[in-house]
Amino acid sequence: MIDQSTSLLPQAASSAAGILWLIPAVPIVTSGVIALLKQPRRKLSATLAIGSLSFSLLLALFAFARVVSNWSGGAATRETVNFTWFHFGNAAVDLGWILDPLSAIMAVMVCFVGLLIFIYSTGYMAHDENFTRFFCFLSLFAGAMLGVVIANSILLLFMGWELVGLTSYLLIGFWYQKPSAAAAAKKAFITTRVGDVFFLLGIVWLFAQTGTLLFYNYGAGSMEALALNGLLAQHAAWGLTAAGAIGLLIFAGAAGKSGQLPLHVWLPDAMEGPTPVSALIHAATMVAAGVYLIARVYPLMSAGMPLTASGEAAGTTTALIVVTWIGAATAVFAALIAIAQNDIKRILAYSTISQLGYMMAGLGLGGVAVGMFHLITHAFFKALLFLGAGSVIHGCHEEQDIRRMGGLKSQMRATFLTYAVGMLALCGFPLVFSGFWSKDAILEAAHKSDFIKGPYYLLVFGAVLTAFYMTRQVSYVFFGQWRGHGHAHESPRVMTVPLVILALFAVLLGVIGTPAWPWFRAFLEGHAATGGMHLLFEADFAKLLATSTVIVFLGLGLGWLLYGNKSPKAEEPDALEKAAPPLWAALRDRLYVDELYGVTVIAFYYWWARVADWLDRRVWGGIVAAVAWVFKMFAQLDRLLDTHWVDGVFDKVCEEFSTGGGIVSRVENGRAQTYLRILAFGVILLAAILIWSVK
Amino acid sequence: MGTPLTGYLVVAALLFSIGLAGALVRRNAIMVLIGIELMLNAANLNFIAFWRYSPHPEALTGMMFAIFSIAVAAAEAAVGLGLVISIHRHTGTTDLDKMNRMKG
Amino acid sequence: MFYLIAALTLAGALAAMTLKHLVHAALAVTVAFGGLALFFLSLDAQFAGFAQILVYIGAVAILVVFAILLTRGSELPKDGVFSRTWFVGLPIAAGIFAVLGWAVIASSKALPSETATPAVNVHDIGVALVGRYVLPLEILALLLTAATIGAVIVALHEKERAK
Repeated sequence: MIDQSTSLLPQAASSAAGILWLIPAVPIVTSGVIALLKQPRRKLSATLAIGSLSFSLLLALFAFARVVSNWSGGAATRETVNFTWFHFGNAAVDLGWILDPLSAIMAVMVCFVGLLIFIYSTGYMAHDENFTRFFCFLSLFAGAMLGVVIANSILLLFMGWELVGLTSYLLIGFWYQKPSAAAAAKKAFITTRVGDVFFLLGIVWLFAQTGTLLFYNYGAGSMEALALNGLLAQHAAWGLTAAGAIGLLIFAGAAGKSGQLPLHVWLPDAMEGPTPVSALIHAATMVAAGVYLIARVYPLMSAGMPLTASGEAAGTTTALIVVTWIGAATAVFAALIAIAQNDIKRILAYSTISQLGYMMAGLGLGGVAVGMFHLITHAFFKALLFLGAGSVIHGCHEEQDIRRMGGLKSQMRATFLTYAVGMLALCGFPLVFSGFWSKDAILEAAHKSDFIKGPYYLLVFGAVLTAFYMTRQVSYVFFGQWRGHGHAHESPRVMTVPLVILALFAVLLGVIGTPAWPWFRAFLEGHAATGGMHLLFEADFAKLLATSTVIVFLGLGLGWLLYGNKSPKAEEPDALEKAAPPLWAALRDRLYVDELYGVTVIAFYYWWARVADWLDRRVWGGIVAAVAWVFKMFAQLDRLLDTHWVDGVFDKVCEEFSTGGGIVSRVENGRAQTYLRILAFGVILLAAILIWSVK
Repeated sequence: MGTPLTGYLVVAALLFSIGLAGALVRRNAIMVLIGIELMLNAANLNFIAFWRYSPHPEALTGMMFAIFSIAVAAAEAAVGLGLVISIHRHTGTTDLDKMNRMKG
Repeated sequence: MFYLIAALTLAGALAAMTLKHLVHAALAVTVAFGGLALFFLSLDAQFAGFAQILVYIGAVAILVVFAILLTRGSELPKDGVFSRTWFVGLPIAAGIFAVLGWAVIASSKALPSETATPAVNVHDIGVALVGRYVLPLEILALLLTAATIGAVIVALHEKERAK
């Protein structure tokens, strides 16, 4: 059934919603087809994958255009297509997809960035012998992610979610012969699983309470007013309403996927996968799925939020407070660790964790538009950075340690320039780069919030650190002397062209998020974009601009000061290390989170496994052995009985018969007198009987 | 003692028993035959005694019986003794304890 | 009178059965036969009595003696005259006597006591033999013939084998 929130939409509009399901379906089917191909069919598999994703991109653009036209026409922007999968009892399991600004933007972003990365991969993985398998998994991943993005049913979203987790596992462990890669894949899967358990609990609770799996369904959906009011009325534990509790459970799932604080440990290890995988999954899309999920269930998260007369937020909910604090803490935590890492991809991984924290904080403080804008801009410049890192690694002959690089700005021009654009966007360099506008929006929301004060300071500190560690990385890699072995060379065009395209977007996307023209926010929130250049010169904005500039230049300056053009050798300690060795050691060792897990959770599991093993072998095994022993004893007893009693009796009887026969046969001794005697005896008897009877 | 007949009957019974005892107990085959003769004689006595005291002695039943019995006994003794002699020629003994070829 | 004859007969019979020397035993049984003949005579069965004397004492006893002599029975056997298991046979005989005696005494009341002396002469016996009892007579003749032939054959066979 097609739901149109208001009527009067032309019938043609429904076609976009009707074909929405093709967007994830085509890549998934392609993945299946590629799976059947033999390994040497590289060109064919790559063509199929890129072709299917291009097709999805076209469809996504078509859908996006439809939503934009709806939005600009002032009509409702949400269209859903729902159907029932099966019934059980009184309940029905519904699936469906939704076409609204949020899903349209995400679909386009995933398809576009994905496509660029696919093209990049044909160059990067050219020497790999498992080329075909790579594209099979990539395609599957793309399809699954798009499924998550367009889902209107929380069950469908979860199915896509799990599939994304699976493909992430497959791709991280792509070089499965490396034990570290296999271990990293396992770690990723298990850690996200922990989050997913809570997510599933949330889903079940939501379904049980609201009776529907659909988000939007003519007012009967779980994100609509009726259901939300019902949830608010329910009280769960610790002063939370059902809405808040479910929101937190779902956030736990998002925290796992998006690497928020306790469950972030898998992301850095996930860098074991090939760089395009890191770019696609762990920068642009999969990790963004968590943020997207929170954005999708934002009505639930913000249910009960008091509003002012003009509809502005006048307070906040518990769920959002939790989201914000965890986001902010993650942002700082990861940024600190990023300072002390020496692997080019690991720095970027921690940077991703940090930026995800920013996104979560943005969602909590400023709402869907703020968080999502940073997600979109981050997707582009982080993908750019990862692909650039891949290009660097490729050019330095698979070297990943930044202390063995250097001076690449002249050797790998294109890479350097595009990388610089990405880096500046990430730091939030004022005005020119999109990252500035998106991060600024978050800082603004944090600053403006009267309800949660602390995160602002954390986020500011995090921004300084971001600029600092990125400067460190760039100076190590591109500036100074070449410290590697061999000769660095630029990457082929098929790899550098996507870099350029991404760089362009990293700059241009900023345009849609400025206060002068807040198109993005307006689009997402479904109202007209009111703005104007004059807003750029308002006092509030100027203050913010000043703060941001100070932050960025502070970080850049510190970084350049410490690292600049110097090129310390790999064996020499880092500049910061020289200054504060214990701090450095702690940061380099990732603030001991993994070790903490190892000591607590993992140790507990090992202990538990040992207990279970002991139980199994001693107790259950013992019971089984005891039962078997009892049966064996019975068998022995039976045998004894049989031998001594049954056989004995039988033998005895036969013996007796034999003996008896022997005794009886003595009568026939062949002597006439004996026979005579017996005769006479018989006569006596007979006579006696006769006489007695006559008497 | 009741009637005179009883006496004869008792004597006959005693004679019979003695004859039987001898037939059962003596080792020599000839003695067994003698015993058998005695038994037959005892039966004869019985017959005659009963004939004498029967209501119709003129029917001569008892007497006839006894006479025939005597004749048969004689014939039987002859044959029997002939057999004993024959056995003695074969096995060299007349000891009944040793004759168990009918065994089994 | 009766007791005398009875004692004689029984003594002879007993002696016949217990004497070790076979010839003595044969003679004792002859005495017993004689006693029985006397019994017959005292019971007014003269023909039977004389027949008894003739046949038994005259033929059977002689035959027995002949047999004893021909089988070297005159020597005393070394194992004893009584069977190894004489203790089994004796009670049986005693049992027979017990039963018979019991029967006799129990029915002594029913037995006839005194009757007239029967007058039997040889003529009557002869008439009865070929009259009423002719069949048994003939059969007896047959039997005697068979016995004679049989005895002769048995003796003959021995003679041929002994050769």
